[in-house]
Amino acid sequence: MGLLEAIILSVLAASTPLLIAATGELITERAGVLNLGVEGMMILGAACGFGGTLLTGSTIVGAICGMLAGTALSLIFAAMALGLAVNQVATGLALTILGIGLSGLIGAGFVGERIATAPHLYIPGLTDIPYVGRILFGEDGFVYLSLLLVIAVWLFLYRTRAGLILRAAGDNHVSAHALGYPVLRIRLYAVMFGGACAGLAGAYLPLAYTPFFIPGMTAGRGWIALALVVFSSWRPGRLVVGAYLFGAVTILQLHAQGWGIGIPSQLMSALPYLATVVVLVLISRARTGGSTAPAALGTVFVPDR
Amino acid sequence: MQLVLEKRAERSTAIALISPLIAIGLTVVTMSILFVLLGKNPLAALAVYFITPLTDGYSLQEIAVKAAPLVMIAIGLSLCYLANVWNIGAEGQFLVGAVAGSWLAVVTHGSDAGPWVLPSMLLFGAAAGALYALIPAICKVRFGASEILVSLMLVYVAELLLDYLVRGPWRDPAGFNFPTTAEFDPVATVPLLIEGGRLHLGVAITLLVVAGAAVLLGRTIKGFEIRVVGAAPRAARFGGFKSNQLILLTFAISGALAGLAGIIEVAGPIGHLQPGISPGYGFTAIIVAFLGRLNPVGILIAGLFLALTFIGGEQAQIAMKIPLDMTKVFQGILLFYVLACDSLILYRIRLIMPQRKAADGTA
Amino acid sequence: MLDPTPSNPRTGQTPLLQTIGLTKRYGDFLANDSIDIEIWPQEIHALLGENGAGKSTLVKTIYGLIQPSEGEMFWQGQRMVLSGPHDARARGIGMVFQHFSLFDNLTVAENVALGLDGKESFKDMSARLEEVSRIYGLPLDPKREVWQLSVGERQRIEIVRVLMQNPKFLILDEPTAVLTPQEADQLFVVLERLRSEGRAVLYISHKLEEVKRLCDTATILRGGRKVSTCIPRSETAASLARMMVGAEIKQVKAPAGRRITVPRLLVNELNLEPDEPHGVRLQNISFELKGGEILGIAGVAGNGQDELFAALSGERLAKDPGTIVIDGQAAGHLSITARRKLGAAFVPEERLGHGTAPRMRLSENALLTGHAASGMVQHGFINTAATLSTVDRTTAAFDVRKAKRDPEAGSLSGGNLQKFIVGREILRNPVVLVVSQPTWGVDAGAAAVIRQALLDLAAEGCAILVTSQDLDELAEIADRIAVMFHGHLSESLITADASREKLGLLMGGSSLTPKEPADAVGA
Repeated sequence: MGLLEAIILSVLAASTPLLIAATGELITERAGVLNLGVEGMMILGAACGFGGTLLTGSTIVGAICGMLAGTALSLIFAAMALGLAVNQVATGLALTILGIGLSGLIGAGFVGERIATAPHLYIPGLTDIPYVGRILFGEDGFVYLSLLLVIAVWLFLYRTRAGLILRAAGDNHVSAHALGYPVLRIRLYAVMFGGACAGLAGAYLPLAYTPFFIPGMTAGRGWIALALVVFSSWRPGRLVVGAYLFGAVTILQLHAQGWGIGIPSQLMSALPYLATVVVLVLISRARTGGSTAPAALGTVFVPDR
Repeated sequence: MQLVLEKRAERSTAIALISPLIAIGLTVVTMSILFVLLGKNPLAALAVYFITPLTDGYSLQEIAVKAAPLVMIAIGLSLCYLANVWNIGAEGQFLVGAVAGSWLAVVTHGSDAGPWVLPSMLLFGAAAGALYALIPAICKVRFGASEILVSLMLVYVAELLLDYLVRGPWRDPAGFNFPTTAEFDPVATVPLLIEGGRLHLGVAITLLVVAGAAVLLGRTIKGFEIRVVGAAPRAARFGGFKSNQLILLTFAISGALAGLAGIIEVAGPIGHLQPGISPGYGFTAIIVAFLGRLNPVGILIAGLFLALTFIGGEQAQIAMKIPLDMTKVFQGILLFYVLACDSLILYRIRLIMPQRKAADGTA
Repeated sequence: MLDPTPSNPRTGQTPLLQTIGLTKRYGDFLANDSIDIEIWPQEIHALLGENGAGKSTLVKTIYGLIQPSEGEMFWQGQRMVLSGPHDARARGIGMVFQHFSLFDNLTVAENVALGLDGKESFKDMSARLEEVSRIYGLPLDPKREVWQLSVGERQRIEIVRVLMQNPKFLILDEPTAVLTPQEADQLFVVLERLRSEGRAVLYISHKLEEVKRLCDTATILRGGRKVSTCIPRSETAASLARMMVGAEIKQVKAPAGRRITVPRLLVNELNLEPDEPHGVRLQNISFELKGGEILGIAGVAGNGQDELFAALSGERLAKDPGTIVIDGQAAGHLSITARRKLGAAFVPEERLGHGTAPRMRLSENALLTGHAASGMVQHGFINTAATLSTVDRTTAAFDVRKAKRDPEAGSLSGGNLQKFIVGREILRNPVVLVVSQPTWGVDAGAAAVIRQALLDLAAEGCAILVTSQDLDELAEIADRIAVMFHGHLSESLITADASREKLGLLMGGSSLTPKEPADAVGA
């Protein structure tokens, strides 16, 4: 296997959790809800996903456990931000703090355990094609799933009536309510979808990326996913580009350390975070003509009855 | 049956006062359930968390020492949150303040530098914290980048910076390869208020900060400006207040206070620079700010309460083998309940019974 | 019932819609108190009442948006309980909202689709959209996003969307408030056609002349209760107004002996780029306003009035200081605070969130505009006594009704809050006052107080600029009227010469010197 091939493979692996989490958050935000708790939902998804696989030996069970954990946390968020009309920024922060704490509590017994990572696709002939075979036909299931997810989300948003209604709820909740759409219920579903995706993205880390669980192993990926949604201008297609770019930065950093370039490893480790800041600045600046964010994003809605 | 929110004409002052207490009550109930799930006696666990630390003088002082950075950071954060900008990177500003102040301690180490060292360190810490906080503020004001994400990303960067320094250039040569600087000289150490006790000068400075913030917010036009920019930005612009300048100012103040807390922590209770100097003060301070209702005196009380949970959590780990993460869970739950109860200040919750749904076939 | 039904008894027929004892309670407050109303097919029925009389609550209940606390509704004689607007639409009830229920960032077609129940394909829907808009003469481009459209075009979307449901009954909430007189006439043609097709219309309006002209029946609400049902054609505008208000309305009188003095506000070729993506560019705006004079600015909403207010107040700065001159001083570069120090005062259109911070107390809202130029701040410290005394003086001078001495601004009714805001500025004795929509959405009593206060202030020598969409209001208080269209300001007309037709042409973008008059109207 060539070096370039190895790099591409690892970039895809590093990008996948970002892509899954960001896709979920994109739907949440398109419905007008800003859930900053992605990091918390991810880390809890990682702990529960690892636990599920450790107990059953099944990657799929682990993935489902991760999704359920993320959804459960997102329901707390929904109860607060939608049910009680609490400030979404503060609620999202609380969710992150709670998720980190719970994952530590749950994961305390997992430290030192190992599981088998998710199997990779193998199609005789195709996977063996030099250079591109492993990249196209030899990934783990999550990589394909994440791309299918993006396509499904694109189709949903732009080709279905339900997607139109979701976008409408994110554009103007007063109008949507006046036309009789159940704004809060639409948002609840969107938040739950975001939670399930974040949980799955978190579960990916111990199930496919590294075969063990470490407290805090998401290391800010949830926050980077949030930045990716901004980067994508809330469009699924651009999300893929952004996620793979960020994956590339992460991997570049690892390889650069391997090559022994005389730069402190901490500086290289800081690259994804610094890159996020730079991207946020550039993308926000490029958009001086006005934001493409959903117009109702982050605002509280209390219907009168 | 359905729960609905109904907007109050005016915020309820009564609920504003009791809502933190309700939140704490609900948290304690939830905690008890969690203790039972963990197989611990909830009453015993709660006693270790909340009562034991209050029973001896040493713990009481320790609570004040832990509360000092929480309160100091939370005061700064409360200014940002009142102005409706979201500095959530206080942890990073805390670390950068600690690093910048420590630089002086490291370069003067072993020299015969005079008593100017400590005041300069505090100044450096505050200035570095302020500058570090200005990065997200400028990104927001100048480019419209989300201050939430930028300030948070910089936390990770600050952690790595600290890690690099204490493993690399600033490592104590006599430290057996541990990632730490040498112990600071006496001139670079925050003095104790009472010899042999735990209370140090930082605690006194914190009280001054609380008093200053109370005057700023309650009595001055600048404080009014902060509140009105946060509460009604368009009205603030109509009033002639410039929100961009105010964002920079509140971020700078909160960064300075976090940086100051950082250097005091390092030059005081810890005595040297090392990774892990903060058990998440910058994030816990967010909870302190909200539990204290963004009010300086409230923050002081809330800071003491959360410091109690830190101490209680440590004692519970030792005495009852309850994982330390329980403290974080506790803090997260507490913040949820605080926010939920705050909702009652603005809204009234009403129970609606379904009526006559069945009367019409097509309904 | 208070009135015997004056329209023909229609014996043997059932009304299309009937409500009996319809009541909506919010806590202790009765928004609707036992309202009986009958709507017949082929009828345009006016619903009249002041702000807060309960009109919106009633129509929202009929549209299924609000569940009534008590009372019943009958649709074609059958008892009707609505689970929501979908349910109402399914029966043939359609509604055009006052503030529209549109989505700015979606296309016209998508907006229409959202108002229908999605039983046909998007393609079929688009074809039908084209057909309906052609039949009724309401042209629309289905591919454009709503934010690009004028207010009139937006209303067209709402109306076409409702017509596509082929409704038996349409509710229109203040549809002409945002239209030019000519556009309103076009709307009346559509409404009369709907009536002739056998449909019923419930028509909410403030404009009584319009109601007299168009409507067959009128129901009048006051304080949540039905006061009367009458035939508007056999009433006068004054008698209708009396029923709405419940008392004789004080006539606004210009004080005698008003003197026009020196220019207090000069605007010279003001140009300003919009600061929002959907904003309007101000182009070459020039006018002169003398002390003692009131200049009215008419125009359909969204033609640059907000931008002009921001430029005059200093919320946005002009590049060239000389473009705005306040009391002889070049002020284009000065902040709003500096302009206040020159003696200017400002009242924006939006009461909550712009003119006041709703969740702050009145004393703090007095400080909001008073901090620069009065004794409210000393060495950076707030003088609470001074801010409270401003509240007290404003309360006394302008009859501001409130529950306690210093409540939160948001707890006041619209009229009382507007009196506070206008009073707060007038008590500062300004030399220039710029007011946007001074009586928008306030009750008739408060409106009279405010208009009188403006006339009195002018008599004391203040130069006043009033922006309003209410032509009657401008006719009542302005000396001259100019019109804003697409960021341009027309020459001003003496009020006596400013007929509705002339103003309407200007509001639609035509010029009065006839070149190509017909084209621009309604384009």
